[in-house]
Amino acid sequence: MPLVEIRDLTVDFGDAATPFHAVEHVDLAIGAGEIVGLVGESGSGKSVTALALMGLVDFPGRVFAERMAFAGRDLLRMRAGERRALAGGSIAMIFQDPHASLDPCYTVGYQLDEAIGLHGDARERAGKSARRERALALLREVEIPDPAARLRAWPHQLSGGMAQRVMIAIALAGRPQLLIADEPTTALDVTVQAQVLALLSRLRDERSMALLLITHDLAIVAETADRVVVMYAGQVMETGTVPALFDAPRHPYTRALIDALPGDAVTGTRLPTIPGVVPGARDRPPGCLLAPRCAFAVAACGAERPALRPIDRDASVRCHFPLTTPCASPRR
Amino acid sequence: MCVAATVKREAEAGDATGAPPLLEARDLARHYRLPGGLLAPRALVRALDGVSFTLQAGRTLAVVGESGCGKSTLARQVTMIETPTSGALLIDGRDVAQADRTARRRLRPQVQMVFQNPYASLNPRRMVGALLEEPLAIQHRGSAAERREAALAMLANVGLRPEHYRRYPHMFSGGQRQRIAVARALMLKPRLVVADEPISALDVSTQAQVLNLLADLQQALGVAYLFIAHNLQVVRHIADHVIVMYGGRIVEQGPTEAIFTNPRHPYTQVLLASTPSLRRRRARAVEPADRPFDAAKRIGHDRGPST
Repeated sequence: MPLVEIRDLTVDFGDAATPFHAVEHVDLAIGAGEIVGLVGESGSGKSVTALALMGLVDFPGRVFAERMAFAGRDLLRMRAGERRALAGGSIAMIFQDPHASLDPCYTVGYQLDEAIGLHGDARERAGKSARRERALALLREVEIPDPAARLRAWPHQLSGGMAQRVMIAIALAGRPQLLIADEPTTALDVTVQAQVLALLSRLRDERSMALLLITHDLAIVAETADRVVVMYAGQVMETGTVPALFDAPRHPYTRALIDALPGDAVTGTRLPTIPGVVPGARDRPPGCLLAPRCAFAVAACGAERPALRPIDRDASVRCHFPLTTPCASPRR
Repeated sequence: MCVAATVKREAEAGDATGAPPLLEARDLARHYRLPGGLLAPRALVRALDGVSFTLQAGRTLAVVGESGCGKSTLARQVTMIETPTSGALLIDGRDVAQADRTARRRLRPQVQMVFQNPYASLNPRRMVGALLEEPLAIQHRGSAAERREAALAMLANVGLRPEHYRRYPHMFSGGQRQRIAVARALMLKPRLVVADEPISALDVSTQAQVLNLLADLQQALGVAYLFIAHNLQVVRHIADHVIVMYGGRIVEQGPTEAIFTNPRHPYTQVLLASTPSLRRRRARAVEPADRPFDAAKRIGHDRGPST
């Protein structure tokens, strides 16, 4: 049984008569200790999917699902208090800009202490010295040098990489089984990005903590994730394992995203691009959502919306005419 | 350990044509004095120190490095927003470091800038047409009708339509906004455009569009780019030459292919190893002990304190 099981998730915004589906009929399963990469352009519904899983979609957003389960517990039938206790505890989340996530008015130590007080075990919740001990252990775990001094530091005294490590330490306070990382390294330098990704991979290995890695950077997913879910305009377009999905993408959208990356190609050549933009709230086409931008589209694509169909055990694709040939050149 | 002296590949320096470079920096430095405390001495930050390079007309020179390495300080010297502390900075043969105000003002239209975030760099209260005509108006170029004509022509150049002339920036997507920012930078027909992370705020699919646009415009107009970036794959795609900066100094420079296929400086090697790529996952799989950041830390300790 997977750790996370989401079936037929739809998240609507706007009034009920003409709702806008930010997320539409999404299925998502995450196994224990698995790293799943969720990729797509801005507005594809990646973050809303994660927020729905966390139970953080507020009014006027509406969440519908056939099933949402975490570790065998039904999230849809859970009392609000129980659901609230899961968020930040067993399911933790970190965001793009660590300096925006940390409260500038409190020290690192205070904010860690608060998280441990809420989500730590019984001994930690009861005793101040136990909490301090745990805070130091967490800072050591995320490889922050001189943790005792860092407890007294203010967020503005931390570099971006350090601040993100502190955020990860806070997320680990509740010993999560799932960490959702929403663009965790987008704001960081490449060398720091490599460190943070290595840290996340190590935490997964040591704690068998599952990781939902939300990013628009395909290269990060290719290096870090076990499995990939590609989203576009609120729908899942393709799922598959790494590296199979990158070697032989079945969906034209995945293929186009990979082709648009500047790689080892000769300097000065033109990059293949995806024309147009992601369809907005009111201009989604009746057929395949990608049809107006797809290089392979035929008349049928504009008429009927394809379903997400399994291709083999680990992969599925939402396309009337899945690609069958692997990428022309050995991919970068 | 001491950071090795700048790795420089002189063999190819200077174009075969022998033409004087459009932009040349010789031992360029920019230092800032920090405000001192009651007893603390005023510290000196060497944001840019001993930087020398050349850029030929119509070519692209990329500057890569991490936050705080001096990339943006370099951009501020080249765009004549600040005056270098010492050294020479020659634009079209004229030294802007020593030039007086009038001379700098005459040179400024030659160098324009494209910023990282088109959501912040375009005035939300002005229509696209007004944004494009503003540089011409400031320079007193042409009549109102001629400026309008020029703006419409430039819109077509960057792949936008005439009806966009009367729209506001918020009505455009990120990629289109960056097209507007590029159009605005080109209105004065500059010979050099300083592009500071021009695509890192954009979506993957639109990044490629803007990169293609920049390449097309360079071909059509012969403009040179000083391209500041941290994404090495992008740099490899667009640049002719690369400068790698660290702690205000150039640690390695040379032709793009040489830097990428045979990086000599340990810091360049760290940067390359840290850049995620679709291909390297296989290499990672066979080499799990790959920890590039250790090397980065080592170099970090050697970074001279600002005296």
